Amino acid sequence: MAFLEIRNLSKSFGPVDVLRDISLEIEKGGFLVLVGPSGCGKSTLLNTIAGLESITKGEIHIAGRDIAGEPPSKRDIAMVFQSYALYPNMTVEQNIGFGMEIRGVPKDERDKAIGEVAEMLQIAHLLKRKPSQLSGGQRQRVAMGRALVRDPQVFLFDEPLSNLDAKLRVDMRTEIKRLHQRMGATIVYVTHDQIEAMTLATKIAVLKDGYLQQFGTPREIYNQPANIFVADFMGSPSMNLIPARIEEWDGALAIAMKTSSGEIRIAAPTRIGALKARAGGEVIFGIRPEALTDPEGADHTGKQVEKADCLIDVLEPAGSDTFAITQLGGKEVIARMRADASVEPGQIVPLAFNLDKAVFFDPATEQRLV
Amino acid sequence: MSASSPDIAVRHNILSRLLIHVALAVFAIYYLLPLYVMLVNSLKPLDEIRAGGMLSLPQTWTAAPWLSAWSTAQIGVEATGLRPYFVNSILMVIPAVTISTLLGALNGYVLTKWRFRGDTVIFGLMLLACFIPFQIVLIPMARVLGILGLAGTTWGLVMVHVVYGLGFTTLFFRNYYEAFPTELVRAAQIDGATFFQIFRRILLPSSGPIIVVTVIWQFTNIWNDFLFGASFADFDSIPMTVALNNLVSSSTGVKEYNVHFAGAILAALPTLVVYVVSGRYFVRGLMAGAVKG
Repeated sequence: MAFLEIRNLSKSFGPVDVLRDISLEIEKGGFLVLVGPSGCGKSTLLNTIAGLESITKGEIHIAGRDIAGEPPSKRDIAMVFQSYALYPNMTVEQNIGFGMEIRGVPKDERDKAIGEVAEMLQIAHLLKRKPSQLSGGQRQRVAMGRALVRDPQVFLFDEPLSNLDAKLRVDMRTEIKRLHQRMGATIVYVTHDQIEAMTLATKIAVLKDGYLQQFGTPREIYNQPANIFVADFMGSPSMNLIPARIEEWDGALAIAMKTSSGEIRIAAPTRIGALKARAGGEVIFGIRPEALTDPEGADHTGKQVEKADCLIDVLEPAGSDTFAITQLGGKEVIARMRADASVEPGQIVPLAFNLDKAVFFDPATEQRLV
Repeated sequence: MSASSPDIAVRHNILSRLLIHVALAVFAIYYLLPLYVMLVNSLKPLDEIRAGGMLSLPQTWTAAPWLSAWSTAQIGVEATGLRPYFVNSILMVIPAVTISTLLGALNGYVLTKWRFRGDTVIFGLMLLACFIPFQIVLIPMARVLGILGLAGTTWGLVMVHVVYGLGFTTLFFRNYYEAFPTELVRAAQIDGATFFQIFRRILLPSSGPIIVVTVIWQFTNIWNDFLFGASFADFDSIPMTVALNNLVSSSTGVKEYNVHFAGAILAALPTLVVYVVSGRYFVRGLMAGAVKG
């Protein structure tokens, strides 16, 4: 049985439904990331796990115990807040020890626990300082220290890195991952940054407007997005979503896409059964930029790589790669080429479509075709 | 041209600064003049005042009017000076300020961090209390004090001032706590702190500036109040303001202006002290917040 389990959870503020029938679970030591655009309900979901918000319907279990009715302090959780929420009137030491002090842990035991955590997070030299005397990264560590010292069943992180500058954010991300691997803690982590989600998670839950869009491993979410929203949200640059038509062509199926001057056709992947029924109909053809590249740079282990000539509008050299932009199906499409690919803007060049990585969506329901 | 224009600018600047300073000095003198008159005349014998020359310094300096105003002047039927009434005022103002400030802080805490259905309505009603003129409540309040058995006592006055001050203190604290990060309260909840532990350990220690503002406001208002003191106080609970009035407006005997001046200054002294002492903390509190960012 899962360690943290959320069953059919719903939450409404008056007439407004914030979360609708959400079911999730994560095993012990798992890293669950809740991701979505702002206002999707991810922070509310985290707050319901913390007990800071009540739920309207459903159940929350931690280690087999239903905690939905318990106050936050009885749930055996610890939380790191976006603003760190360090008590401004207390020193670092008092901040970390406050929870233990409230629970009546003796002073010497408290000091020992604070010392261990401070050692682990390398903040031992800051213990006597007030939060206002710390830098952003140091505050972040103190906030984590306050959570770690509790040794809870589940850690909750509410966008903990969003107040840090870009470089520090990447460092802290690595540090959180390292901490997770070392301690084997169970973590629920909220972010709107899909790269954070991909790098940290063992399981990702993508939310939008209070609905769970998809729940799966990072690889599943990335390679088999359940619908157009997930496909578009995860990945940077995001997946190309090209309006296309499925046609019968020489007894097989082909994908036909409008270009700026005419039309190109490439053979459709045979592994997706649902395409046969779609012959003659419209689909959304989804292909990630790294699966659309110059033929020399294409994945040679790919089972089905199709080539087609496309007009390159714009080139964006990014150092490690060069992004080429073309028009397909009336949309801008990004191809990710090798950095030294010999392409000029305005040229017509062959592009390789790695159809092993391609996905198709129903334009009406926006769901992925399988 | 490029050499001369900065010179003109500097000269222009000095001239305008001079004008500003002169204007400021004139106003300062204008406002300080009454205090000066009170001070010099409170240190003169009565004969000198009668001889005229309100603005001149005393020819013979004397502390007798101050001593008289403090301990021997005739007020009402007894020659006690202002001392017992000063004590009455202190006994009234300290609990009244403390209780109304604490309750205001508690109200502000509940109204911002423990929201409930109808909280804005309650706050609106409390705010309305700030706008009710004192005179309207005199008779109902007298009735309530009578029922509670507090009529004519210092505690009765304390209650009146607490009830009246609550609207303002709640307003001050609510607006201050509105900007106080709710995540701190949530973090403390997860740490297991109770309602009052959060209030005492997290909110109150960060409330320095607003406590000072509230204390100054409440202290000044309650100390200076005349109407409630004149209406609800008995012989042994008359506050300073009412006693001063009795001293100054007594219609028997010689008008001892020097004693009256000394008494008036004595009556104003505590509010002055509160301003001077806590005003500095207030500014310091604001500065600290600004630097922390």
